[in-house]
Amino acid sequence: MEQAYWRIGHPTSAITFRLPKKTVLISAVLFAITLTLAVFGLTKGMLPLTLQQVLQALQGDGSLTLQTVVTQWRLPRAVMAMMTGAALGISGAIFQSLLRNPLGSPDVIGFNTGAYTGALVTVILLKGSYLQMAMGSLLGGCLTAVLIYLLAWQNGVARFRLIIVGIAVSAILNALNIWLMMSATQESAMSAALWSVGSLNGITWEKSLPTGIICCVFMLVCLALARPMQILEMGDDLAQAMGVNPDRTRAVLMLAATALTAAATAITGPISFIALAAPQIAQRLTQGASLSLICSAAMGSLLLLTADFVAQHLFMPTQLPVGIITISIGGIYLIALLLREARKQHL
Amino acid sequence: MDVSSFPLNSNVAALQKQQMHKRWRWFFFSMVGLVMCVFFSMMLGAKSIHPHIIWQSLTGQITSEDSVIILDGRLPRTLLGLMTGAALGLSGAIIQAITRNPLADPGILGINAGASFAVVIAVALLNISNPEHYLWFALLGSLCAASLVYLLGSLGNPHRNPVRFVLAGVALSAVLIGISSGVTLLNPTAFEKLRFWSAGSLDIRRLDMVLMIAPALLIGMVVALLLASPLNALSLGDSMATALGINGPKIMLLALLAVTLLCGASTAITGPIGFIGLMIPHVARWIAGQDQRWIMAFTLVLSPTLLLLADIAGRFLLTNELRVSIVTALIGAPVMIWLVRQQRRF
Amino acid sequence: MTTQPHTLHQRTEITNPAMPLSLSGKSLSLGYANKLIAEDLNIAIPPGSFTAIIGPNGCGKSTLLRTLCRLLKPLQGEVWLNGKAIQQYPTKEVARQIGLLPQTAIAPEGITVTELVSRGRYPHQSLLKQWSQVDQIAIDRAMRVTGITELANNLVDELSGGQRQRVWIAMVLAQDTPLILLDEPTTYLDITHQIELLELFFALNQRSGRTLVAVLHDINHACRYASHLIALNKGKVIAEGKPADIVTPALMKAVFDLDCMVIDDPVTHTPLIVPHRLLPAF
Repeated sequence: MEQAYWRIGHPTSAITFRLPKKTVLISAVLFAITLTLAVFGLTKGMLPLTLQQVLQALQGDGSLTLQTVVTQWRLPRAVMAMMTGAALGISGAIFQSLLRNPLGSPDVIGFNTGAYTGALVTVILLKGSYLQMAMGSLLGGCLTAVLIYLLAWQNGVARFRLIIVGIAVSAILNALNIWLMMSATQESAMSAALWSVGSLNGITWEKSLPTGIICCVFMLVCLALARPMQILEMGDDLAQAMGVNPDRTRAVLMLAATALTAAATAITGPISFIALAAPQIAQRLTQGASLSLICSAAMGSLLLLTADFVAQHLFMPTQLPVGIITISIGGIYLIALLLREARKQHL
Repeated sequence: MDVSSFPLNSNVAALQKQQMHKRWRWFFFSMVGLVMCVFFSMMLGAKSIHPHIIWQSLTGQITSEDSVIILDGRLPRTLLGLMTGAALGLSGAIIQAITRNPLADPGILGINAGASFAVVIAVALLNISNPEHYLWFALLGSLCAASLVYLLGSLGNPHRNPVRFVLAGVALSAVLIGISSGVTLLNPTAFEKLRFWSAGSLDIRRLDMVLMIAPALLIGMVVALLLASPLNALSLGDSMATALGINGPKIMLLALLAVTLLCGASTAITGPIGFIGLMIPHVARWIAGQDQRWIMAFTLVLSPTLLLLADIAGRFLLTNELRVSIVTALIGAPVMIWLVRQQRRF
Repeated sequence: MTTQPHTLHQRTEITNPAMPLSLSGKSLSLGYANKLIAEDLNIAIPPGSFTAIIGPNGCGKSTLLRTLCRLLKPLQGEVWLNGKAIQQYPTKEVARQIGLLPQTAIAPEGITVTELVSRGRYPHQSLLKQWSQVDQIAIDRAMRVTGITELANNLVDELSGGQRQRVWIAMVLAQDTPLILLDEPTTYLDITHQIELLELFFALNQRSGRTLVAVLHDINHACRYASHLIALNKGKVIAEGKPADIVTPALMKAVFDLDCMVIDDPVTHTPLIVPHRLLPAF
C-alpha cells in the first residue's frame, strides 16, 4: 500500500499532496510521446524541414520565412491540438464519471448537435462569417447543454433522465438541422457540414488564444474538483454523508465539463469521440478504479494530435478535416469495447 | 384447508368482460380514425381534390391533372404512410417488449441509423442508385445495427440494463451518422443527393418503389404479430419464459428478423423517420394494458394514423412542405421528455 | 472468513474517547411529495448508546435515519446536533461528527480495499491538505478493528458479501466520527456474517464509546446487541428504552401486529421473540 502513492510534503505540514504513482508515470510518458510527435510534426508539411531548422525557429533564430512557417502556421496547430485534446479528454472523463457509464459522453448525448445547430443558424439564416459561425457554434452547444439539464431536472438530475432528455433535444435539433440544410445553397450547406465534423485547418494564434485561455482556466477548475468527483462515485447518500453536496457538485462539474467542450468546439468545431475514448483508454493503462483527469487529458492530447497528423499527411496534398479521423477512431473503439466485453462474458 | 372451498369470484369475470368490451370499442374507433386519415391524405394537399374525382382516378375512369396528382403523388404517399407507419410502430413495440424498456424505438437504438448508413455507403461509395439494390444494403445495415446494439447493450450484465441499451444505441448512431457525414463530404454529388434523402419523407412519387418493399414489410408485420404471444411470456423474465416452454433464443432471432425487415425496408425508401415506434406502443399500452397481442393490434392501426396525420400536417404547416420526419420529431421529442419525467423510477 | 468474532473483541482498542454527542429530532414531519410518513415525531439518541430502530416496512425507519444525518430535509421540525440546529453546521463539519453507511453505497469497479477505506478520510482533508499522519493512523486502526488488514491489496469486487460489508464499515470508521449511523447493515448477509458484524458493532460501542444507531429489521438481533431500542410504526414512536424493559408481547402486537411470546435468550439473557402460529395446525 505504501508503494502506490507519492507523498509530497511533510506529514505534519499544512500543505500536502498525494499522487498515485502509476497515473503520474503513465501521464508523463503519454505527454512525452505527444511532445515528440508534435515536434516531429513541425518538420513535416508542404515545406519539409529538418529538426535543426525547427529547433532554430523555436528559439527565435533562422530566416523570417522559417520562423513564420514554424511558429505562426504549424506551432499554433500543434499546440491547439494538444490543448483541445486535453480539454475533451477531461470533459469526457467527468461526464463518464457522473453518468457512471463508459458511453456517457457529451458528444454522444447531444452537445455536438446543438453546436452544429448554432453553426448552421449563423451561416444559413444570419449569413455570418467564419468567426461568427464559431461563436454561434459555441453558443448553440452551451444553450443545448443548459436546456438538457433544465429539462432533466426534477428534484435533482437522474442519469437516465439526462440521457433520454439529451436524445430528445438532439432529435429536435437534428430535425432543425436537416431543415436548415435543405433550405441552404449547396455551398453553404457543404461548408457548414465541413465545420460540423471538426477541423484544425487554418488555426492561428489570434483565432485560438482567447478561447485557449478559457480552456486552461476551466481545466484547472476541473482538476480542483477531482476528489469530490471521486467521492460522488460512491453514491449520492454516501457522498453527502461525507460532506460533498451531490447536486451542487454535479452541477458545477457538468458546467465546467460543458464549458471545456464548448471552448474546444469554438476553436475546432465539434470533434467527436475524443471525449468518449480517451478516458477509457487512459483507465485501461493505469488500471485505476476511478477515471483520472490528468491521464485522460494526456491521452486526449495524444489522440487528437495523432489524428490531426494523420488528417494532414495521409492523403497529401488533400487536407482531411480531423473530425473524420476521430470518427473512425470512435468506430474502432466501439468495436474493441464490444470484443473486450464479449470475451469477458465467455470467461 | 381445502382450496376448492374458496368461493368463485364472479366479479372477476364481469370485470374481464367489461375490459374486453372497452378494448373492442377503442379498436373500432381506431380503425375508423385510420380510414378517415387515409381519406384526408388522399384529399388534402396543395390542391384539395374531391373524393368523387379520387375514386374516378383510382379506377382509371378519367385522366386529368388531378388524377395525375392522385396516382403519382398521393396514392404512393398514402400507401407508403400506411405500410411504413405500421412497420415502424410494430418494430417499436417489439423492441420495447424485448428490452423491457418503455423508452426505446428503432431510432433511438440506432437501427434506423444502421439502415441509413448502409444506404449512404451504397450511394456514395459504390455509386448504386437503383433502389432495388440499395434496399438490400438497408436490410443488411439494420440487421448489423440491431445485433450490435443488442450485444453492446447487454454487455456483461445479464439483466439488460435499460441505460446501457439506450447509450449503446446512441453511441452507435453517433458513430454511424458521423461516418456517413464524413463519407458524403468526400463525394459532393452524393452529398447533394443524400442531403434531401436524409430528411425522411413519404413524398417519393413512385408507386413501383412502394410496391417493391411491400413484400418485405408484410413478412415483417406477420412475424411481428406472431411474436405477440411469446413476448407476453418473455416479459416475465427469461427463466420464467423458459419454464413456460418458450424458446428464448428462437424468439430473439425472429424478433431480430422482424425488426430488420420492418426498419430496413422502410428506411430504404423513406429515409429515417423516428418516434412513431416510441409513442404509439405507449398509447396502445395505455388503452389496452399489458397484453402484447392487443398492444400489437392497436399499434398496427394507430401508427399509420399518426404518420399520415404528421404527413398531412407537414403539407400545411409552412409555405413549402415540412417533411414528415421533422414533424414526427417535433411531436415525438417533447412527448419523450414528458414520458421520462412521468416515470418515477428514473 | 479469516478472523473469529472473539479475536475482534481483543483487537478493539479505546480510540479517541468520544465526546458524548447528542442527536435529537424535535416535532419532525417526514414525507415525500405526495405521502406523509411521520408527523410530529420526537426522537432522542442517548449519547454513547447502541440504538436500534425497529419497525415494519414503510414505517419510516430509513427516512428517519436519513433525516437525522441531514440527507433529507424534514417537512417540519428540526434536527438538533449538540445543542444547535443541524442546518447551521457546515456540511463537512457534520461529516466529521456523523458517519453514515447507507444502503446504496457503490464501490467503484476495480477499487482496492485500502483505497476505499482511505476515502473515508475525505471530511478531514482539503484541496491543499490531502494526507497527514492522522489519516494514516485512522486508516490502519479502522482496518485492524474490522479485521481486514490481510485484505489490504485485494479488489473489493472479489470479496464475499460479509468481507465487503466489513470494508464499508472500516471506511466509516476511518471517518473517525463520534456517531455512526447504519442503514440496514446486515440485511443481505449470511447469518454468520450478520452475527460477526453485530458483535463488532457491540464491541465498538463498548470499547470506544462511539454512539451507534442502526436500522435493523431482525428484532431478535436488535434485542441481543442494542442497548437502546426505538420501535416505530406508521411514523410514531410506539416505545423506546432498554430491550429488556420494553420488549413485550403487547409491544410486538402494537408494532408488527405479531402474536408472540417473549422468552429469555439462553446465551445473552436478552429478550427473545418466539412467534405463535398464525394458521391452525393441520
